[in-house]
Amino acid sequence: MNTLLHVDDLRVSFPTRTGVVEAVRGVSFSLGQERLGIVGESGSGKSQTGRAIMGLTPQQAEIRAKRLEFSGIDLLKASPAERRALRGNRVAMILQDPKYSLDPVMTIGRQILETLRTHEKIGKSEARERALDMLAAVQIRDPKRVYDLYPHEVSGGMGQRAMIAMMLIAGPELLIADEPTSALDVTVQLDILRILDRLVIDRGMGLIFISHDLRLVSTFCDRVIVMYAGKIVEELKASELSRAKHPYTQGLLNCMPKIGTSRHPLPVLDRQPEWLL
Amino acid sequence: MSDAVMTRREWLLTDRPQSRLQARLGRAYLTWSRFAANKLAVIGLGIIILLLFVAAFAPLLSPYSPYIGDLKNARLLPPSSTNWLGTDDQGRDILSRLIYGSRLTLQVIVLVAIIAAPIGLLVGTAAGYAGGWIDAVLMRITDIFLAFPKLVLALAFVAALGPGIENAIIAIALTSWPPYARIARAETLTVRNSDYIAAVKLMGASPMRIVLRHIMPLCISSLIVRVTLDMAGIILTAAGLGFLGLGAQPPLPEWGAMIASGRRFILDQWWVAAAPGAAILIVSLGFNLLGDGLRDALDTRSGGQ
Amino acid sequence: MTPALSIDRLRVVYDDFIALKDVSLTVDKGESFGLVGESGSGKSTLLRAVAGLAPVTSGTIDVGAKRLGKTRDKEFYRQVQMVFQDPYGSLHPRQTVDRLLLEPLDIHGFADTEKRIQRALDEVGLGSGFRFRYSHQLSGGQRQRVAIARALILEPSVLLLDEPTSALDASVQAEVLNLLEQVRRDRNLTFVMVSHDLGVITHMCERLMVMQTGAEVERLEASDLASRNVTKDYTRNLLVASEGFVREP
Ligand SMILES: Nc1ncnc2c1ncn2[C@@H]1O[C@H](COP(=O)(O)OP(=O)(O)OP(=O)(O)O)[C@@H](O)[C@H]1O
Ligand SMILES: Nc1ncnc2c1ncn2[C@@H]1O[C@H](COP(=O)(O)OP(=O)(O)OP(=O)(O)O)[C@@H](O)[C@H]1O
Ligand SMILES: [Mg+2]
Ligand SMILES: [Mg+2]
Repeated sequence: MNTLLHVDDLRVSFPTRTGVVEAVRGVSFSLGQERLGIVGESGSGKSQTGRAIMGLTPQQAEIRAKRLEFSGIDLLKASPAERRALRGNRVAMILQDPKYSLDPVMTIGRQILETLRTHEKIGKSEARERALDMLAAVQIRDPKRVYDLYPHEVSGGMGQRAMIAMMLIAGPELLIADEPTSALDVTVQLDILRILDRLVIDRGMGLIFISHDLRLVSTFCDRVIVMYAGKIVEELKASELSRAKHPYTQGLLNCMPKIGTSRHPLPVLDRQPEWLL
Repeated sequence: MSDAVMTRREWLLTDRPQSRLQARLGRAYLTWSRFAANKLAVIGLGIIILLLFVAAFAPLLSPYSPYIGDLKNARLLPPSSTNWLGTDDQGRDILSRLIYGSRLTLQVIVLVAIIAAPIGLLVGTAAGYAGGWIDAVLMRITDIFLAFPKLVLALAFVAALGPGIENAIIAIALTSWPPYARIARAETLTVRNSDYIAAVKLMGASPMRIVLRHIMPLCISSLIVRVTLDMAGIILTAAGLGFLGLGAQPPLPEWGAMIASGRRFILDQWWVAAAPGAAILIVSLGFNLLGDGLRDALDTRSGGQ
Repeated sequence: MTPALSIDRLRVVYDDFIALKDVSLTVDKGESFGLVGESGSGKSTLLRAVAGLAPVTSGTIDVGAKRLGKTRDKEFYRQVQMVFQDPYGSLHPRQTVDRLLLEPLDIHGFADTEKRIQRALDEVGLGSGFRFRYSHQLSGGQRQRVAIARALILEPSVLLLDEPTSALDASVQAEVLNLLEQVRRDRNLTFVMVSHDLGVITHMCERLMVMQTGAEVERLEASDLASRNVTKDYTRNLLVASEGFVREP
C-alpha cells in the first residue's frame, strides 16, 4: 500500500486580538489507500486539520509542519495556483454545515453543474445527465425534482447529499469528509458510506472521515485518531475503539444513549486538566 | 490581580462583556482595528475628514471671497504666492472658490446618500422579503431606472425640473437608488429563508418588524460600502451636470461648473480648469479608498472572527 | 383530557410535490413523542406545518382545545415554540444573546425583561457571562442552549425539536439531552422530537412514529424498539442500520 499523505507535527494557530488560538497542536499521521477516522469533541481541531491539508484555512491563520506532503508534493511549498489545481481534481473535502456551504440563491442542480463544468469540458445536456446521475447515486429519490430546488427547499439530509455529490464528481484521490452524514437517517447514512467504501476499495482513494459518531467510525474505518484540544490523545484500530484506554475516549463512548439501556440523566464528560498536556 | 487591572483594550476585547454597551463598543473596536490595518483606507478616510474640515471652516480658511473678484487687475493670474492656485476669468481666487465649493460637493453627497440609500434599502428589502408580485413590480420599476445611463437620466430629470443645484441633487438621488435596491434585494434573498429568520417569525414578529429589525441590519454594511464607492460617481455626475450648465448656477463655486468655465482657457491658463479637476479627483479617490477599506472591515460573513 | 397537540390527516403540498400525505397524530400533555424516518420523509415539514412555516393544504391541527387556522396569532407562539436542527444557522449573526432573548419578550410586551433573561440563561446553564456575546463567540452546544433558552422564554407548553443534537458531538449531545429532559420535567412540557438517532429517540420519547416518503410507516412504543418488536420492514432496516456499518465481503 503506498502512502498518499504524510502529516508530521502539523500546527495551526490563529493570531486573534486576544491572543493566539492554537487550534491544532502537533498532529502527525499518514494515510494510505484506507479509511482513517478522526473523532473528538467539538472544537478539538478536527475540521482545522482537514482544512489545513486542503489549503482552506482562513488567511490569517498560521500553518506549520515538519512535513505536509501529498503524493510527493510538498503542500507547504506549493503555490496557491498549484494548490487550487490539486483541490479541483486530486483532493476534495466535503465541508461541514452543508447549508452554509451551498449557495442559497442557486438551485442544487446549477451548483452541481457548475462544479462539473469547471472540471471537464462537456456540453450542457450531458452535464445535466451526469448531475442527475450523481444525485441518484447519493440515494436522492426523484433527482429531477431536487435538481431544480433551492437549498432551503430541500431537507437537511438532501442538502448534505448534494454536497457529497458535488465533491465526488471530480473523482479525487484523497477525500476529506467532514461530518458527511450528520444530517442523514441511518439507512441513507450507510448508503453513503457504501459509496465511499467502494471508492476506497475499487479506486484506491484515501479517505479521512471526520465524525463525532463513534459508532459509525468504529464500524466503518480502519484506524481512528482521537483528538482533544488540538492534539491526538490516542490512535487505535477502529474495531478496538470500544477498548480504548484514554479516559476521554471512554467518556465519549459512554455518553451516547443506546437503544435498550435507560440512563437518566446521561453521564457527561468530566474533563481533566491533564488531558490538555 | 489580573482582573483588577484590565486595560481599556482588554475591556473592549473581552469575550464575556458585562453590558450591552460593552458588547457594542467591543464590536466597533474590532471593526475599527480591522479598518485601521489597511493603510490606503486610512488615507481615504483622511481625505474625507480633510474635506469635512475644509467645508466646516471655509470662511476661516479661504483667503479671499469666492464670489467677488478683482476684474481689473487680477484676471487669469497664474499661481503665485498671493493666489496659490491663480485666479479665474472674473478675477476670483481659485483656492477660495475651491474651499467654498467643498461645501456644495458635501451637500450633494450627503443629500444624495440620505435620499437614495434609504429608498434603495426599503425597496430592495421589501421586494426581496415579500416576493411574488410585489417583488416583480418593484424590480421592474428598478430595471427601468437601471436601463438608462445615470447622467442621461439625470439630464432628463433636470431638464424637466429646471436647472439648479437642488434639482440636480434630486435628479441624482432619483437615479442612484436602483443599484442599492438590487443589492439590498440580493442580500435579503440570501437570508430570508434562513433558520434565524424563521425563528424570529416563530416569536410572533410581524413582517414589518422582521424586515426593519432583522433583515435591514444585515444589508446595511454592504450598502454602506456601495454608497461610499458610489460617492465618486455622484460627485462626477454632479460635476457633469454643472459642466453642462444644468447643475449649480453661476456664481456658485461648484467644482464641475468651475471646470466648465475654465475650459475656454485650457490651453493658455490651464490652472483654471485643472485645480477643480484635481479636487474632484482627490475626493473621488478618497471615497474609493474608504469604500474598499470598509468592505473588508465590515465583512459580516466571517462573523467577525 | 384534551391532548396537547392533535393533528388530523395533515397534508402539505409544495408546488405539486406532496411532502406530507395525510398524517395523523395526537400527543398528550406532558408526553414526549418521537419522529424518525428517512431523510426527506417530511419530519421537519410536519413540525414546520404546526409552527405555521409550511403550507397546509388540508387536514387540521389542534393545539390544546384550539383549532389552528391559516395564520397563527401571537397567542399561538406563546404556546408552541421550536428548536431548529442547525445551531449555526438558527441564531441571528449580528445579535448578541441578550438581544436574541429580548426580542420575543419585546414582541409580547413583557415588562420584567431583565429578570426573565437572567432566569432563562440560568435555566440552560449559561449564566450571565454569556449574555452579551455574539453567536460566533459560542460553540455549537452553547448555541443550541441559547436556542432552547429562546424557545422557553415565552413559557410555551409545547416544544417542537427538529434534530436538536444531530450537529453536536456525543458529550455535548448528552448535556443538551439532559437539559431538555430536565426542563420538560420542571415545566411539564410536551415534546415532539425529530431525530435520526434511534438511541436518542428511545432515550427521550415514550412513543414514536416511523415515517417514509411523507407518510406514516408504523407507530411504536419506545420499548418496542428496544425489544425489536416491530412489524414493518423499513423499521427493521432502520434498527439494523443503527448497529453501524457492515462491510459486505
Ligand atoms: N478563524 C478562527 N479564528 C480563531 N479561532 C478559530 C478560527 N477557526 C477555528 N478556530 C478555533 O479552532 C479550534 C478548532 O476548531 P475546529 O473547527 O477544527 O473544531 P472541530 O473539531 O471541527 O469541532 P466541531 O465538531 O464543532 O466541528 C476551535 O477552538 C475554534 O474556536
Ligand atoms: N419550500 C419547499 N419547496 C419545495 N419542496 C420542499 C420545501 N420544503 C421541503 N420540501 C420537500 O419536502 C420534503 C420533506 O422535507 P423535510 O425537510 O420535511 O424532510 P425531513 O424528513 O426533515 O428530512 P431530513 O431528515 O433530511 O431533515 C423534501 O423532499 C423536500 O424537498
Ligand atoms: Mg468541525
Ligand atoms: Mg429535517
